[in-house]
Amino acid sequence: MPKVIFVASDQTRREIEISGGWSLMEGAVQNDVTEIVAECGGGCACATCHVFIEPAWLDKLPEQTPSEKDLLDCTAVPRQSNSRLSCQIKLTPEMDGMVVHLPQRQT
Amino acid sequence: MKRFIIVGAGQAGLQVAESLRRGGFDGEVLLVGEEASLPYQRPPLSKKYLLGEVEAPRLLFRPADHYAKLGIACHLGVPVAKLDKENRIVYLADGAELCYDRLALTTGARVRELTVPGAGDPRVCYLRGLNDAENLRVRLSQARRVAIIGGGFIGLEVAAIARGLGCEVAVLETQSRVLQRVVAPVVSDFFARIHRERGVNIQLAQQVSAIDATPDALTIITADGSSVVADLIVAGIGVLPNIELARASGLLCDGGIVVDEFARTSDPSIVSAGDCTMHRNLLYPRPHRIESVQNAVDQAKVAAGTLLDHPVAYAQVPWFWSDQYDFKLQMTGISTGYDELVLRGEPEKGAFSVFYYADERLIAADSINRPAEHMVSRKLIATPGGCYPKAQLADTAIDLKTIF
Ligand SMILES: Cc1cc2nc3c(=O)[nH]c(=O)nc-3n(C[C@H](O)[C@H](O)[C@H](O)COP(=O)(O)OP(=O)(O)OC[C@H]3O[C@@H](n4cnc5c(N)ncnc54)[C@H](O)[C@@H]3O)c2cc1C
Ligand code: FES
Repeated sequence: MPKVIFVASDQTRREIEISGGWSLMEGAVQNDVTEIVAECGGGCACATCHVFIEPAWLDKLPEQTPSEKDLLDCTAVPRQSNSRLSCQIKLTPEMDGMVVHLPQRQT
Repeated sequence: MKRFIIVGAGQAGLQVAESLRRGGFDGEVLLVGEEASLPYQRPPLSKKYLLGEVEAPRLLFRPADHYAKLGIACHLGVPVAKLDKENRIVYLADGAELCYDRLALTTGARVRELTVPGAGDPRVCYLRGLNDAENLRVRLSQARRVAIIGGGFIGLEVAAIARGLGCEVAVLETQSRVLQRVVAPVVSDFFARIHRERGVNIQLAQQVSAIDATPDALTIITADGSSVVADLIVAGIGVLPNIELARASGLLCDGGIVVDEFARTSDPSIVSAGDCTMHRNLLYPRPHRIESVQNAVDQAKVAAGTLLDHPVAYAQVPWFWSDQYDFKLQMTGISTGYDELVLRGEPEKGAFSVFYYADERLIAADSINRPAEHMVSRKLIATPGGCYPKAQLADTAIDLKTIF
């Protein structure tokens, strides 16, 4: 199971194992990473599962769909070049060790 | 120590519990639910779950140990049978009695059942809870012909899934267009078209009068004498709010548990939130009842604030979404009473938005495969005044995000 390191806005780190095939959002929610709100439950409809991916890992991620790109303009904390919606990232073995930064708020 | 009890362990119930803890409540929090499962998401039941893409554990909002960590005691699998608000006691169906200082009713809604002759056949299914979805998933995998009664969100989402699974699908709707109650004709026509293009037999203005059930098939007889043959029927004809417990206890109910903008019922110790409430939202002149995740979550936060004596009035713009095939419909505002429509984009191209105006004010918007336009619309509608140049909204060359 790939391990992901979540870093909160106060720099607290949490290391979490996520089943392959699950989304980063699902893994976070099921492990009580409450900084991810995910109001729409992974529907790519709400932008409340926003995360910043440590740049070194960006090329391991699936391409952004047009919907995700569009929705990233609507996050509570403004997007940066490493912004992603965590519900759109399915975990693969290559993401083992990935560092994910959490925004201060989602709504 | 104070004890707050929450009746109904769904989306709203869980949110009340979490908001109480986040708000610093240090008394007892008891979440009582009729369903055996920990709180789970319903929207995927008519989407990914039904398609078989995700399993039940992935639908849970929170892992089991979350509740212990937050100090939320769950009593699941037993409904509350009676509420004695004078003595502040809830009676569970298994005989247990629980006293409370304050109570939240988040009992949600249940499906409206078909009453026509033959509707009692087990091959006539509904979809509200995980049990329904499990049953339907198994039956869908064995059915060749599926008939759906009701062209609302549930009906159309199930139709899309059943087509995706390779079934022959018919949808029977009593009104002259699908989704009639909630969207403009241009949106109804769009959804009817995409279903028809994918082989769904959409029949409008069809009143079901009976179901003739034989071991081999179910035959739906309609008022005009025509018939549709199926192996499985799914009825999506609306829901009824679960208000019986509240009403029997003497709480004011009128098409829902009546609450004010602070989620207060007619009893000062009891709040209510979610699908079961006929509620006030300060953005609207009249009370209404809404079935949506947004309302369950936002109203539950209001209810928790009231329980904690930090009342904040409910004044959120409603929003909702529905997934059918590769199309995502996102709605915001309430379009009832609109007098003008502004179309942005071309429905033929599968991505567009519709803006609803009343007295020159933007009151609602539906977006199809335009998530950012939906998000901007939410902000536009929430902004008092709400007069936006229609020509700008209609002009796809102008990025909506730059208007706000
Ligand atoms: C298949 C499906 C798809 C949906 N899709 C969408 C969507 O795409 N977008 C969207 O915004 N909304 C959608 N919804 C609506 C959304 O899920 C509901 O609005 C939301 O779940 C309402 O939350 P609630 O807590 O008010 O009610 P519920 O989630 O219904 O929870 C109420 C709970 O209370 C329990 N209960 C009732 N009476 C008692 C009692 N006496 N004692 C103890 N427990 C009791 C019930 O068993 C239930 O578990 C969908 C709903 C369904 C069924
Ligand atoms: S969970 Fe809603 S967009 Fe990701």
